[in-house]
Amino acid sequence: MHRYANPGRVLRLSRTLVPWLGAATALLIAAGAYLALVASPADYQQGESVRIMYVHVPAAWMAMFCYAILAGASAVGLIWKHPVAELAAKATAPIGASFTFLALLTGSLWGKPMWGTWWVWDARLTSVLILFFLYLGYMALHSAFDDPARGAKAAAIMALVGFVNVPIIKFSVDWWYTLHQPASVFRIGGPTIDASMLLPLGVMAAGFTTYYFYVVLLRLRAEIVAGKIKALRLRQVYG
Amino acid sequence: MKPKHRRLTFVVIGLGLLGIAAALILSAFQESIVFFHSPSELAKHANLAERRLRIGGLVEEGSVNRSGATVTFRVTDLANAVTVAYTGILPDLFREGQGVVAEGRMKDGVFVADQVLAKHDENYMPPEVADSLKKSGQWQHMRQSMEQAGQIPQGAAR
Repeated sequence: MHRYANPGRVLRLSRTLVPWLGAATALLIAAGAYLALVASPADYQQGESVRIMYVHVPAAWMAMFCYAILAGASAVGLIWKHPVAELAAKATAPIGASFTFLALLTGSLWGKPMWGTWWVWDARLTSVLILFFLYLGYMALHSAFDDPARGAKAAAIMALVGFVNVPIIKFSVDWWYTLHQPASVFRIGGPTIDASMLLPLGVMAAGFTTYYFYVVLLRLRAEIVAGKIKALRLRQVYG
Repeated sequence: MKPKHRRLTFVVIGLGLLGIAAALILSAFQESIVFFHSPSELAKHANLAERRLRIGGLVEEGSVNRSGATVTFRVTDLANAVTVAYTGILPDLFREGQGVVAEGRMKDGVFVADQVLAKHDENYMPPEVADSLKKSGQWQHMRQSMEQAGQIPQGAAR
């Protein structure tokens, strides 16, 4: 971990990884979209609307995955004063917020024809909306201080406190009566999705994951470079 | 103790306490977090019938009656059932044996709903697979799904 506290080393590593991650993302999303939209069957009950699931489910997984990274990186930044972890948390927040928004949007588009409503205040939907607000709050808090270091610290504490919401999202459908269906893939007893639909879902999920790492490394690189520019400017002014 | 160990201890204990607090709050508000009540809960707690609420369960086989724009059906959790009356457009997934959630209030022993939502279960499959499962008798009904979720008492009369 402390190996990667050196921004220069992380910059070099990201230069090697970014092209590969970009290529993998393009390939996986293209293959996933073809499998999901063309090569997979319609559902016995939902018909063609099942195809929304191939975006909705990976987006919802990534929304939680990004939050776990946000909280983990914030903890490492707080405890070990790890500069790159702090930047990684900052770089992750907008990506996580986008995935959460995508999950909420696609869920709503699916809910109208299937359930008969765009939105309900059940435990799953509400806890995911709270996740979205946590991301927005993290970003707002991060930039609310004149001293960036204080903003980073306050936002990191908020990210850690908000982590309590992640298990609530995951188990909301088991703990309470909800309109949202229970888990289909990560459940005791194995997936309840037919193999012909599980494959496109897996490819899309892999594509979403490489996309996250691709974008977060690009953003991390930009953050590191911005920090260097700032240091150079300060040196020019105060010499 | 080094400062970083102190910070680590602080974060771990803080998160632990926060988790306990969240668990206590959520279990205290259990009653208001549930999205719907079952017909059995409605039968057991008379005060539920006095206010607006949502009830959820399965649409009883053979109970759907349409007269004009109004449809009546029974929502069952296999132990108790409630007759629901609803005027309006039903969601596409509404059918006998399907999980539904109806919102409204009790009026003269009938649940008058102003919104009916269909539940979807965790099973996704193409029509051919559904047909072959039905033929071979391995069909997982919505009943099993709701039983596993604890929304229908396990082993209630089939």
